[in-house]
Amino acid sequence: MDLITAANLSAADDFYEALIDAHRDLDPAQSEALNARLVLLLANHIGDFAVLKQALDAARAD
Amino acid sequence: MTMAVDYQKVVFDYRRHPDQAAAVPVHHPVVVVGAGPVGLSLAIDLAQQGIAVVLLDNDNTLSTGSRAICFAKRTLEIFDRLGCGEPMVEKGVSWKLGKVFFREEQIYSFDLLPEAGHERPAFVNLQQYYVEGYLADRAAQLPLIDLRWKNKVVGVTQGDADVALRIETPDGEYTVRADHVVACDGSRSAVRQLTGLETKGRVFRDRFLIADVKMLIDQPAERWFWFDPTFHPNQSVLLHKQPDNVWRIDFQLGWDANPDEEKKPENIIPRVKALLANSALKDARFELEWASVYTFACQRMEKFRHGRVLFAGDSAHGVSPFGARGANSGVQDAENLAWKLAAVLRRQAGEALLDSYAGEREYAADENIRHSTRATDFITPKSAVSRVFRDAVLTLAKRHGFARALVNSGRLSVPATLHGSPLNTPDSDRFEGRMLPGAPAADAPVRHADGSAGWLLRTLGTGFSVLAADCDGFDALAADLRAAAQGLATLDILRVTPAGAPHRASRHTTLVDADGLIVGRYDLRPGTLYLLRPDQHVCARWRQASAVSLKAALRRALALA
Repeated sequence: MDLITAANLSAADDFYEALIDAHRDLDPAQSEALNARLVLLLANHIGDFAVLKQALDAARAD
Repeated sequence: MTMAVDYQKVVFDYRRHPDQAAAVPVHHPVVVVGAGPVGLSLAIDLAQQGIAVVLLDNDNTLSTGSRAICFAKRTLEIFDRLGCGEPMVEKGVSWKLGKVFFREEQIYSFDLLPEAGHERPAFVNLQQYYVEGYLADRAAQLPLIDLRWKNKVVGVTQGDADVALRIETPDGEYTVRADHVVACDGSRSAVRQLTGLETKGRVFRDRFLIADVKMLIDQPAERWFWFDPTFHPNQSVLLHKQPDNVWRIDFQLGWDANPDEEKKPENIIPRVKALLANSALKDARFELEWASVYTFACQRMEKFRHGRVLFAGDSAHGVSPFGARGANSGVQDAENLAWKLAAVLRRQAGEALLDSYAGEREYAADENIRHSTRATDFITPKSAVSRVFRDAVLTLAKRHGFARALVNSGRLSVPATLHGSPLNTPDSDRFEGRMLPGAPAADAPVRHADGSAGWLLRTLGTGFSVLAADCDGFDALAADLRAAAQGLATLDILRVTPAGAPHRASRHTTLVDADGLIVGRYDLRPGTLYLLRPDQHVCARWRQASAVSLKAALRRALALA
């Protein structure tokens, strides 16, 4: 399976708002910790190492 | 009952050897340098293979301090084969449970051997001086071992025909010659330095304090690991139980710690008291037994074989202590090398078999280094973001199972499966499970023909073994296989029959699969046949074996093909 990079979110704007909202009232260190937990939770949900590697490469490329 | 020996106080006598007065240097087939766990294991294994071996040690005592303390299941199985596993397990503290704490909370616990049906536990904790003591006791029973204490190698000259070793003793220097020299002389290997070879890798800028304390407390034998505990903030702490009421505590100190200051009892005692006060151990009374401050590197030599000189154990490779992969992998090096060296000396195999030692054990060293480096990077994050992710994993681990799999307080030693070894015959049939070519054979309970209970690995001999599921015409097939092995190697044939199967006479050793575990662990069907090397690693397997395929696999396993 390949990393999906075409639009795939069922409610894109809702997700984005919720993502920003999740960081409300957090200082930068707390936000960084939250992001780290989020990455780990999502990575586990994806599971497939090959897909995760493509995501890491894509994130690193920009 | 015999008196318990205090192996910390044992002093072995230096004895002048006739070689020291020889007009011409005396020649030996093998000289092993270093009588630690690796050198002693190798010498015993060679002697059991019928090879005379000279074993040199620059000192005349056993290990100072407890040092390596965690001996893994596979290492215990090797010690069983060497004839000294029983005292190790009897004296050692068996354990398989680990608990991991983050700050003041336990985040999870793990069980290293959740399945039944193995003779040996996942681990025993045993001070290195006991391990060396039991090995030395076993070596003393074997007349083929010529163990020379206070014999320090000071010169190594490799020629086409042999190696000359210059040796310093209390009576002055002498020279011996050997077909092969094996350096088991530790991380600061004299042989490695004398041959001008180097070892390369990553040095970790961190210091650790080992404190062995004696205390009488009633606590189960478990491995406890703390990340960032309140009693030792920003660092890690590891606790292990050893025999004789000794507990090993390993405190991470950081690179800036002063090793001389940290070794002082007045600085160690408050650290231990703080740990006890903030754990289930509370105000236990203790005495300090031994302490040491260490640093470590993950490194290895590029090649473990340099002509007639071979390197095994810490001389060849180094790992961080998290995972107990140092001494365990060294003993596994010794086991890999012993039968190969014996086969070469008996002219049953050529130099290529020694190259396979280097190739297989370099592969295993890379696996050990990879695991121990990853553990070290988790325990002591090297960047701010690495620390953020580490703490995120630990936080999530309290509630989410997936994160526990990411917590790395040391991936504890398991033997390498030698994937891709040139000695393996690749599968041509389909199999399930873990016993693929290159894997160390799994143990299982068996019942012998006389009705007695035993263990599968204990039935394997010093040569190659065939482990075969019973089938029609078994004896005829076995006779063909034995004929095919003629002139190549000794071959034991073990017939496995299911429990409750009607008795069928056979001329071969029969093992009843008492608990039905062999059939599952080896994915046996009638006629399935495994070929095991003398070091108990699988090298070939078939659903239906033939003399031709067995002969080809044996030739391959001896690096003749």
